[in-house]
Parts: sequence; structure tokens; C-alpha cells
Amino acid sequence: MLVLVWQLLAGWLDSRELPGPRQVAASFREYLLDGSLLFHLGMTLFRVLCSFVLAMLIGVALGILMGSRSCWDRWLDALLILGLNIPALVTIILCYIWFGLNEVAAILAVALNKIPSVTVMVREGARAVDQGLMEVAQVYRVSRRDTLLKVYLPQLYPYLFGAARNGLALIWKIVLVVELLGRSNGVGFQLGIFFQFFDIAGILAYTLAFVLVVFAIEALLLRPLEQHLNRWRS
Amino acid sequence: MDTRNASLPGVVVDIRHKDYRSGLRTLEALHFRAGPGEFVALIGPSGSGKTTLLKIVAGLDTRFEGQVARSPTARLGFMFQEPRLLPWLTVEQNVGLVLNALPPTQQGALRAHLQELLTQVGLQDFRTAFPGQLSGGMQRRLALVRAFVIRPELLLMDEPFLSLDEPTAEQLRRQLLVLWQQTGSTILFVTHNLREALMLADRVLFLSPRPAHLILEQPVPSPRPRTMAQMAVLEQQLLHQYPELLSGVLHE
Repeated sequence: MLVLVWQLLAGWLDSRELPGPRQVAASFREYLLDGSLLFHLGMTLFRVLCSFVLAMLIGVALGILMGSRSCWDRWLDALLILGLNIPALVTIILCYIWFGLNEVAAILAVALNKIPSVTVMVREGARAVDQGLMEVAQVYRVSRRDTLLKVYLPQLYPYLFGAARNGLALIWKIVLVVELLGRSNGVGFQLGIFFQFFDIAGILAYTLAFVLVVFAIEALLLRPLEQHLNRWRS
Repeated sequence: MDTRNASLPGVVVDIRHKDYRSGLRTLEALHFRAGPGEFVALIGPSGSGKTTLLKIVAGLDTRFEGQVARSPTARLGFMFQEPRLLPWLTVEQNVGLVLNALPPTQQGALRAHLQELLTQVGLQDFRTAFPGQLSGGMQRRLALVRAFVIRPELLLMDEPFLSLDEPTAEQLRRQLLVLWQQTGSTILFVTHNLREALMLADRVLFLSPRPAHLILEQPVPSPRPRTMAQMAVLEQQLLHQYPELLSGVLHE
């Protein structure tokens, strides 16, 4: 349906600014076959993965700390508000200036943009933890490991999933900006090139590849995992 | 506070006083002991600090003056007012969680006993069910199994059969007595239902309104099984014997 509207609109406008689906598909095939699409997409996915893992680890740890210890919450709250509101572009530019135009700076910049929102969500979860269940674990002297994995973390799963979903969505967007500004490969870099050459079909072809990856991650990874963890709710 | 190593199993409670953070005194000069294998019921008006007392004995609350002596290595069971099951674990996993907390040498025999326990309370066909799929009565029975599966030396029960309909509560009481006779646990059973206390316990301790201290100690010598009719008679006798003492305790 969407494709049909797109085709009709492109046919009617007949301009370079809006190529039709057929042109985009041709462009997609071309970049796929010469290997460039997979290479740049791979680089971008690598950066997304690294910064996602980094942001989740740090964000979850901070969130649990702040949600369960009010003294830490008071200390870190101002920093958190700063982190939430500082424009992504500022973090990116500062990271590149301070750490150089390298991979570490790029990944760090993305992670720094993501950590505060993970922290906020997980903090909500940690505040809502049922003390009654924690008392059960304490009375029966359940091991620290079992207490964490079977009593504590399951209470945070909904918040962790929320943070992961939101996180991916935000990270995609920021990674491309980071690549555009200071990397010589990746989808963001490639989109910059297309912009300079005014290759709209190329831009849309890469966008298409991107959308496919996002849907694949949601359908093959996040949703099955969530269903598995939520099977007790039915 | 001090949780001493007692030479005897059972528990000796010596609380000088317990104040809430607001400064409100909830327990004062509360001293009693429960012998090994003894079933002691504690009865008192609501808000008299009975739950606080159990938390102190369990070691969940350490902010009090005085001491509670029980063997620090003794296996401890606690049945709360709500079943407090883990909703994401199956029936079997819920029980397994507390079994796994025991030293490995103790686990084998108890694990073998688990199926028998589940059968005894009628949960044998629900081993892979989640707590959310069970009725309220079944959830209590599961909490009962969780408390008894470790063969606790000391079992604390905080109005565990509250808000159940009377037949279900009665069934659970019978199952509790059977399990208690099998394990020989020392039980502290908090309730505000005098007849329930008389049905179950070897000895009933009456607590005053806040700040709670002991006002009466009543042994229940009748052999088990006891009938409700017998206990109603005993209840009337007690109320007749100590009218002014118990009026504030039982009808608040």
C-alpha cells in the first residue's frame, strides 16, 4: 500500500528528489552486489552493538544504584539531568576533540548519549522492587546469585526491555551522525557522500536496508526473548 | 541488639524495647521462650507489633534493644500474611529456590521429599504451573510447602491464613498440623483469631495493645485433633475468666 502510493507520487512528480520504488530497488541491488552496502552496514552495526552494550551495562548499573540507594540518587541526580538534556551533537564534538577522531571516541559519544535514559528507566524499576520478595530471599538465605537472577532482576525485566527498545531506536540515529562527522565508513558516512552527489535513490536504498535490519532484530531477537520471559503472565 | 547462639533449639525472646523511627514504642519488656518442637500462638490486637516481633525473631529487623537467642545455623521458615511467591517461577521452581539455599549435603533427601509434600497438599498436578494460575488457597498451600520443605527448626507464621474463606482456612490448618507433627518444628504463630490459636497451639500468649508485652499465658492441654466445638467452649471460659484483660485484645 505504502509502496503503491510512493510509486504513484513519484510517477506524478517525475523528479530527481523523489525516485520511485523501482529506481531505489535497482540502487539497492547495485550496492548490495558490489559489497559496499554490506560493508558500511556492517561497520554501523558493529558500532551500534558496542555502544548499545556499553550504554546498557553502565546505565543499568547506575539505575540500580540510584533506585536502591537514596544517597547515590541525590548525588547523581544533577548529573543525570545534565546528561539527559545535553544535545547529542555537543557530546559527539567534544568526544572527537578530546579523544581524537577514532573508533573509541565514536562509540563513547554514542554510549554517553544513551546512558542517561537507560538509567532513568532502570531507576524507576529499582524503586518499584517488591521488598516483600526480597525478604523471602533473605529469610530463606537464598544465595546472592539466585537472589539477583531469580528474585531481583525478573522484577526489572519490563524496564530493561523498555530501555533496550528505546535504546536501539536512539542509538541508530546517533551512530549515523557520529559517522557523518568523524568516520570514513559506515552508513552515516555513506549517506554524507550520497548527499554531496545528490543520489536520493542511494539514500533511500540505505534507509531500506536499515529498516530491514531493525525489523529483523525486533522480530528475531527482542520479541521472542520478551515472550519467553513473560510466559508466566498468560 | 544481639542474636545469641542458643545451646538449645527453639527460641528465647528477650526484647527490652523496640521503637519505630518515628519514636513510637511498639514492643516493651517482651520476654518469652518457645521450646524445641513447641507450637506457640501469639495473639493480640492488630497494630500491636506482632509482625514486627516476627521480623525481629527472623533477623529481618535488627533495630531493637534486647536479644533473641536461637541457633544461628538453624533452618528458618517464614510464612507471611501474603503468600509472597515468585510469579515468574513455577510451583516446583518456587520451592526449589529455597531448597537450593541449603548446604548441598542437606539437599538430596529433602528434594526427594518434595514430591511427597506437593502430593500431600494436593499440588502434585500443578508442578509446572505458575502461581498466577493457582487459586488463593492453592497459593497458601504452596507457601506452606515452601516453608516446610526445608524441615525448618524454627517456623514463623504471620497470620498465614488471613482472608481465606473458613473451609479453606480449616483445611490449611489441618495440613499445617500434619506437617508440624512430621517435622517437629518450633512454631511461632501470630494471629488475632483466638479460636484459631486454641485449635493449633500448645500454648497461647496474649499480647497487650501497643507497646506490646505479655499479659497472659494459656497452655492448651487438649489432645489433638481438637474440634471447633471444644475450642468454642474453651474460648468462652477464657473470656469469662479474664473479661477485662481480653476485651481490649480480642475486640478492638
